[in-house]
Amino acid sequence: MNDHSQQPDIFRNARVLVTGGTSGLGRALVAAFRAHGARVAFVARTAARVAQVAAEEPGTLPIVADVADKAAIHAIALQALGFGAGLDILVNNASSLGQVPLAPLGDTECEALEEALATNVVAPFRLTKALLGALAASAREGRGGTVVNVSSDAAVNAYAGWGAYGASKAALRHMSRIWDDELAAAGVRVLSIDPGDMDTPLHALALPDADPSELQGPAVAAAAIVEAIRVAMPKPTKIDRRSAAPADARAIS
Amino acid sequence: MIAAGHPVQRPAYARLLVIDADGRATASPRARWLDFLESGDVVVANDAATLPASLAGLHAPSGRPIEARLAAWRSPVGGSNPTFDAIVFGAGDYRTPTEDRPPPPRLETGDALVFGPLGATVMARLEHPRFVRLRFDATAPRFFERLARHGRPVQYAHVMQPLAMWDAWTSIAATPVAFEPPSAGFVIAWRDVASMRARRIGFATITHAGGLSSTGDATLDRRLPLDEWYRLPASTVAAIARARNGGGRVIAVGTTVVRALEHAASRRRGLRQGEGMATQRIDARTRLSTVDAIVTGTHEPGSSHHELLRAFASDAVLAKVAGTLERDAFLTHEFGDSMLVFADARTSAARRPPVTSSDARAQFTQRVASGISATCVRAHGGRAQAA
Repeated sequence: MNDHSQQPDIFRNARVLVTGGTSGLGRALVAAFRAHGARVAFVARTAARVAQVAAEEPGTLPIVADVADKAAIHAIALQALGFGAGLDILVNNASSLGQVPLAPLGDTECEALEEALATNVVAPFRLTKALLGALAASAREGRGGTVVNVSSDAAVNAYAGWGAYGASKAALRHMSRIWDDELAAAGVRVLSIDPGDMDTPLHALALPDADPSELQGPAVAAAAIVEAIRVAMPKPTKIDRRSAAPADARAIS
Repeated sequence: MIAAGHPVQRPAYARLLVIDADGRATASPRARWLDFLESGDVVVANDAATLPASLAGLHAPSGRPIEARLAAWRSPVGGSNPTFDAIVFGAGDYRTPTEDRPPPPRLETGDALVFGPLGATVMARLEHPRFVRLRFDATAPRFFERLARHGRPVQYAHVMQPLAMWDAWTSIAATPVAFEPPSAGFVIAWRDVASMRARRIGFATITHAGGLSSTGDATLDRRLPLDEWYRLPASTVAAIARARNGGGRVIAVGTTVVRALEHAASRRRGLRQGEGMATQRIDARTRLSTVDAIVTGTHEPGSSHHELLRAFASDAVLAKVAGTLERDAFLTHEFGDSMLVFADARTSAARRPPVTSSDARAQFTQRVASGISATCVRAHGGRAQAA
């Protein structure tokens, strides 16, 4: 067991963006980061759900957008970066199964594969690219600069019926590793994390007959992801702590 | 020079004119810009992301169309009811050259302006019919959300196609505070960031809310640049100190970086982390205290950007450079070619202890000569300036 009680929480005032933040793991991550004192922005498509989560998690920044929409990416980035005057942690959590109900590849619509790739591969790529300047600035200032791409065991195992989703998550996992290698010079970490099977709407959509009581709750998985980020993040130094003053303390002339 | 009309940040054909401290010019493909730097130098860039600061809307009292271009923050960055100084035009958009744009309807203090989902109030007229202070009636999150929906990047007639936000963001864009792109930073690719690390060239950033480069009005243009907000992170102060103490040079990417660093350095306590408001003008009379070289666009004589270059090079050198840029058909404006100008002898003469550049350079040369830290020096060729 790690005992962090003696150290200041490195997530306090960390600026976090979570995609797919209104349900399942994403919703749990919003709560987990907020409980650590982070400044959390989250994105989801449905305005009513976004408003509901914003009401349940006061102080968070709600963003209504579809990450699979190219035109939405910089609008998301502008809002998230304007909110925190930068960004320390990006969690690409929004996912699409592609074909619902799940189907063999032979029965998978081409458009369903495209949808899975758009949401699970292209969107995290675009968002990471748009936010890379901020993440690298965060790393230079000793605040971490970390991307988490939510993965799945379907990214490494070939499960019949999971073709569109599995292929997209395999691509995302591979891309995460290349990002992580290439961004070492900039000090930005890119982690691919498989949270395991969870009791989430996405899981229910994929496997409607699964018994939810046998699945871990998303809060448990969210806590594990937060812990994985903590391990990956560099330890802040004294000089960095000073520069990590809360954004709302800033003033103009 | 010819205006670069295509919004491509790093075209393969981009060129760089390097001016060394003795005023000698060398042309190079721009992608090789790092070849002109040395191990121990530090590159400082502006990581401001660009706001979609052009807002089309209506002047509510008259019902007539206007375009407002936000030009400077006049309230805390990220606070509620964001307030800006802005240039306002009448009907039309960027496709009409700025100097041909009609004036806005007469704007009075208290007038309501409607920009799609964003409402604003004229707080003050600023001694010119086109220049006003605007306050937006919105919390910061709502302001950014609506700006993202309705605003467009500030654009000029030399680029035909409408700019998207991604056209205006540099690779390193981090904090959305600028009103025009810090376009010298278009030169920086992520491969350069990795390359700098491999060559032991430092890389650091400031955030500077650069304003408009042109208002379309000669009287207003003379007031540029306006007072501009900036932030200097502790890590950047440390990177500059490291470079200076090791005899390396400070390479500013863009006029905004020169302005912010020289402003911060001129303050009583010197170069320190924190925020500031750059109010000074940099011109032929400026003695640069911190910056040794600038990467910038190919500016026309007479512009405020060109004035700033007079702190780096003599008028005789700049006249020669202008001739070369014209003769060799360099491209100008934000998507155009670039220059790398090393400050001439005035600068090293003005430097004071504890680290004068000549002393540090001498120490550095000695260390290099004794082989202690010679790692990357001269490994890359193409140098424009003798150490």
